[in-house]
Amino acid sequence: MPGKELHKRKQSIIGQFPRGSKSIIRRRDDEGGIELGEGADEWTQAKTLIKPPDQLDLTDAELKEEITRILTANNPHAPQNIVRYSFKERAYKQMSVVEQLAVHFTLCGNLIFRDSDEGRRQSLRQSTMSAVVPVTTSFVVEDLEEDVELKEDTSQATLMPAAPEEQEEQEQEPEQEQPRPRLIQERKLTNQFNFSERASQTYNNPIRDRACQMEPPPRATFSANANQWEIYDDYVEELQKLEKSKEKEKQKAPVSKKQDKTRGRKLTSLESQSDDITKVAKAAKIVERMVNQNTFDDVAQDFKYFEDTSDDYRDNLGTLLPLWKFQYDKAKRLAVTALCWNPKYKDLFIVGHGSYDFVKQSRGMLLLYTLKNPSFPEYIFNSESGIMCADVHVDHPYLIVVGFYDGNVAIYNLKKPASSQPGYKSSAKHGKHTDPVWQVKWQKDDMDNNLNFFSVSSDGRIVSWTLVKNELVHTDVIKLLVEGTTVEGPEGLQLQTIGCGTSFDFHKKIDYLFLVGTEEGKIYKCSKSYSSQFLDIFDAHHMAVDAVNWNPFHSKVFISCSSDWTVKIWDHTIKTPMFIYDLNSAVGDVAWAPYSSTVFAAVTTDGKAHVFDLSVNKYEAICIQAVVAKKKNKLTHIQFNPIYPIVIIGDERGHVICLKLSPNLRKMPKEKKGQEVQKGPEVEIAKLDKLLNLVREPAAKTSK
Amino acid sequence: MAEVEETLKRIQAHKGVIGTIVVNAEGIPIRTTLDNSSTVQYAGLLHQLTMKAKSTVRDIDPQNDLTFLRIRSKKHEIMVAPDKEYLLIVIQNPCE
Repeated sequence: MPGKELHKRKQSIIGQFPRGSKSIIRRRDDEGGIELGEGADEWTQAKTLIKPPDQLDLTDAELKEEITRILTANNPHAPQNIVRYSFKERAYKQMSVVEQLAVHFTLCGNLIFRDSDEGRRQSLRQSTMSAVVPVTTSFVVEDLEEDVELKEDTSQATLMPAAPEEQEEQEQEPEQEQPRPRLIQERKLTNQFNFSERASQTYNNPIRDRACQMEPPPRATFSANANQWEIYDDYVEELQKLEKSKEKEKQKAPVSKKQDKTRGRKLTSLESQSDDITKVAKAAKIVERMVNQNTFDDVAQDFKYFEDTSDDYRDNLGTLLPLWKFQYDKAKRLAVTALCWNPKYKDLFIVGHGSYDFVKQSRGMLLLYTLKNPSFPEYIFNSESGIMCADVHVDHPYLIVVGFYDGNVAIYNLKKPASSQPGYKSSAKHGKHTDPVWQVKWQKDDMDNNLNFFSVSSDGRIVSWTLVKNELVHTDVIKLLVEGTTVEGPEGLQLQTIGCGTSFDFHKKIDYLFLVGTEEGKIYKCSKSYSSQFLDIFDAHHMAVDAVNWNPFHSKVFISCSSDWTVKIWDHTIKTPMFIYDLNSAVGDVAWAPYSSTVFAAVTTDGKAHVFDLSVNKYEAICIQAVVAKKKNKLTHIQFNPIYPIVIIGDERGHVICLKLSPNLRKMPKEKKGQEVQKGPEVEIAKLDKLLNLVREPAAKTSK
Repeated sequence: MAEVEETLKRIQAHKGVIGTIVVNAEGIPIRTTLDNSSTVQYAGLLHQLTMKAKSTVRDIDPQNDLTFLRIRSKKHEIMVAPDKEYLLIVIQNPCE
């Protein structure tokens, strides 16, 4: 459509001269201003100064005045304190680099180089256009002017509807010769200039993300097993709780509750204070024993299983097999003065340390060893005075009574071993002995269920001690007066020689009956009920009686030993001994075997142990064995273990040796075919009786 | 307190004893006479083993409990005495 093309051309013209209608008007005056080159020339020529009407008139002097201005690269208007938020550093930062460029005027150039592609195209297009519609151009421009006026009209007339204008134009149509351009004008409408688009944007609230993080809740992984025994434990705990709550309900007294609470607190505080290591005490003890068991494994095996097969060829003679040796560094120089097995724990025994030497008296020591740990004592008690004797209570195996060289007696309680001091001790005020206490023995509890024991001392007194309300109360049972030795002193004073008790033993069955051996070699048969009279007196030995012991089976028979080298067996109803054995050295101790009525063992100061079995040999020992290596070392005490076939022997250097009796030394009556093996005390009594009868008969005959 | 210390000392001084370790309930050694690395090894492994053994014993009979564990090896004997909260481990060379 030619109209359209025209419209386009007009646009391009306007595009080339966007600035003002003046130039367009001017061009209209001359040729039509189609050629661009001429237009450019026109720019350069019009260079005459045009003064604005309101310019100041200055005098020459003022004009000539020099005003110095220094050009600087810096923009004086540029702000120097621009502050921007730096996201990197999260703070407001002053900008150091400020834009120094100031733009005063900008004009976009729209000249096209003629030789360039675009220039050629345009010139070609223009030339063709001008050739086709040479007249219209001017017409269009005229129209344009009209349009402008119209535009003004319309704008002033506040949006006059386009319809009347059109009508007007239609009216003009017949006047116009050429309707085409008119049509074009109609089409493009004036709206190209009149149209205004207005847009506004409402304020958009910026989208903000707001988030905050809290501390993550504590996490823990929990895992547990549910074993049978764990369930069991929980039930047990629950039951205990229930029981406790029941008990609390019962004890509703508020005072006691308070006390309980305080106690609980104290306990907890104590527990927390105590060192961790203390809790391993039990484990440490077990391990110590195990370690010992490992090192003394062969000994333990011997103790349990070894039976000397050579006994079969030895014709009733036996041997003692040394097992463990017990010693403690701090008791090295102290003689073993007391030996005693614990009646409840068959592997535990008591060793009393002191000195038999009158000149070398020093401290004492009470040690408790167990066979399970031969390297270190289980309990250790130190005492100022030497211990001379000790005994363990049968019913309370934790109570040990000891007699000291200084005449005191004391009770040690193993349940309170914290203090190395005895639980109860006699004192000078409360009837202590004035000489060494040679033997102590627990007795059955008295009528009021008080614990009581007897002691014998070389001061000639036999004292019964009773523990009444944590106090030792003493009663003299008997005084050992030597008959017919009353000496009349000056001024009619009667002096009595007092026998020095060195040992005693209570009858196993007859409660009141007991024997006392003295330093003079006499043995007194006494009764607890008669304090002034003796039931019998045996002229037993020529020297001090070191030990006197009832036979454990036969109620009439007792044995005694003395420093006069002899061991004698007695029937307490007969004044003369049944058997006499000379051991060629002072006899320190003698003990009946617990398994046979006819077996006894004695130790002598030359370091030998003698074992007799009367049923095997009435005249000689079936075993004489040197126990200690050194000849100077003396043996002091011997004790049979109540159940195991072992003996412990103490010496003067503080050692205790454990020995095993060979099979010949504990021979039982041989089994006969078709006969049941008889056992029990009756058999043992009969066995001993048989032997005694052999001795009695000739004695009876001779007397007759 | 001192008594336990003395007992532990005696054990360590005993013939053939190579080392003693006290391990707490978590299996952390709190006292040792061995070097660090072997202590940690012994403590960790024996703790597990002991717990397993204890569990076995108690699974068979809940009223029963493990009291002692000894492991005889060609070279040593390892003895473990479990207590309420602690384990006492002793390594001994019994042939010495």
